Amino acid sequence: MWRRPFPWLIVGAALLYALFPYFTDDVGLRESLLLAAIYIILASNLNLMIGYAGYVNFGNIVFFGLGGYICLYLVTGWHWNVILAALAGGVAVSAVALLFGLGILRLRGAFFALATIGVNQAVQQLVVNFEPWGGATGIYLSLDSYGPLGGPMQALWVMYLLIVVLTAASLLASYAIKNSKFGLGLIAIGQNEDAAAILGVPTARYKALVYSASAFLPAVAGGLYFFKSGIIEPTSAFSLQTSIEAIVMLMLGGSGTIIGPAFGAFLYEELRGFLLTTEYLSHFQLVIAGALLLVIVQFAPGGLLGWLHRQWPRSRRWLE
Amino acid sequence: MFGILASVIDGILVGAVYGLAAMGLTLIWGVMNVINLAHGAIIVLGMFLLYLVVYSLGLHPYVAVPTTIVFGFLFGIVLYWVGVHRVIGRPELMSLLSTFALNMVLIGLGTAIWSTSPYNVPVDMPSVSWRGYTFTGTHITAAIMAVVIAGLLYLLLYHTRVGKAVRAVANNREAAELTGIPTRQMLSMAFGLGVALAGVSGTLIATLFPFTVLSGETYQLNSFVVTVLGGLGNPAGALMGGVALGLIEGLATPFMPVSWIPIVEFGLFVFCLIAFPRGIFAFSKA
Repeated sequence: MWRRPFPWLIVGAALLYALFPYFTDDVGLRESLLLAAIYIILASNLNLMIGYAGYVNFGNIVFFGLGGYICLYLVTGWHWNVILAALAGGVAVSAVALLFGLGILRLRGAFFALATIGVNQAVQQLVVNFEPWGGATGIYLSLDSYGPLGGPMQALWVMYLLIVVLTAASLLASYAIKNSKFGLGLIAIGQNEDAAAILGVPTARYKALVYSASAFLPAVAGGLYFFKSGIIEPTSAFSLQTSIEAIVMLMLGGSGTIIGPAFGAFLYEELRGFLLTTEYLSHFQLVIAGALLLVIVQFAPGGLLGWLHRQWPRSRRWLE
Repeated sequence: MFGILASVIDGILVGAVYGLAAMGLTLIWGVMNVINLAHGAIIVLGMFLLYLVVYSLGLHPYVAVPTTIVFGFLFGIVLYWVGVHRVIGRPELMSLLSTFALNMVLIGLGTAIWSTSPYNVPVDMPSVSWRGYTFTGTHITAAIMAVVIAGLLYLLLYHTRVGKAVRAVANNREAAELTGIPTRQMLSMAFGLGVALAGVSGTLIATLFPFTVLSGETYQLNSFVVTVLGGLGNPAGALMGGVALGLIEGLATPFMPVSWIPIVEFGLFVFCLIAFPRGIFAFSKA
């Protein structure tokens, strides 16, 4: 895996991404980059489902939100270390996704897509009614929670670095899976599931596994992100809109590629930031994002990377 | 005991309107295998058309019903050519994304025009009282209108040449094309009909409850539940699914806190999808 230049490119970019705001000591830039990193994690893991296996998961944000809840619950209720709590959240959400995937992935195409919306909304409503997690008001962190990390100021930097590590891990996992037998099986499922099954791909197991795998890193990232925010509540944790924006980013960059979703997420986040802060355009953020998606879907379904690969076929070798 | 019956009857009345909305969704799916994720936004446009008819034009609220049908149909045809035609027959992801993109554009424009504050259009209708329970006139009228519109759709689909052509396209597009049916026009017309149904159900819902630009999301999910209960692509099943959902809401209201009802609905939704992917009322595909 490490013989090709591509994974080193990811590691290098991640180092730069992590250290740039640290050395310039620019907190505003760090916050903007952190949000972009979260989106990269979401889009890149979603890509495992949509880009590789061809299953549209509209409710992917449910992993992020649940991971956040479990982490904050362990930190406030049981005084766990945040990193352990976030990892525990990731493992728990992954395990639930595996069980759930075995049932829900019997559905195909549009039926699966609809069911994922149902799962997200059902979980959101459950959490609203779940008193130990604060019901509709959610969970707040007190400032003491940041103590073990050397106070809030330093905790924010630690969270940023950890999230960048997760971002790099997402991209590397995406790369490793694509170049494995597992990934090959997934791509076969995405192209023609029946044919894949006939050729001996264990489709049911692979689908459940990729559903579970695509849950792990977003759940861990959710734990860290909501710990950083200091508050989690059901509407923002399970926002269907964010979930679908992640699909926009994925399509913008190029679904099925490794670095494409990351480019898409980064560009989308910057575009959104620009629109929200520009006076005349702030009301039209959704309109512009929607129009952008409409154009990509109808005229450039390969996204940015697909276009690049067509223009310069050589770019395939170092930009996957 | 009668209290529960009253709540059930009210549930059924509202359910008929849900069913109408779901018919729009299911018609489009049945004809072109596209799940219209702009459904909720169109329901909201129907709601605001009621608002415009009553407050800007000063007309009677129910004038909005035929107005929405006409505008909804034309608007649906426009939407079809803008966002749907190019993705027909391509992987589902494409049509899901492109209708969702339409949804974002419409909701974005709606938010810019009307903000997200709640609107309410009071409609005066005499109510019916029986044994101390009141059935509001608006609920009864809305249910009757929903059933009448559903009946008209049935007549159109099963007793006219155009309806026959639409059904032929739904069955097999290539074969229909070979027999000389202008399939593109039929597809755009079916999309227009689906949008008109969604819009008019929005108008009817707006005569019952207050609404905001973002209400569409709830009703869209509601329509999904109904469609899945009734079987995707099955308009008659959609109406029954709507009534069933209304019934469940009516039955559940007296026994559990209101906030638990969505959990029951979505749980049922996922369960039905997995257990009965062709719908509980799936007798035949229309």
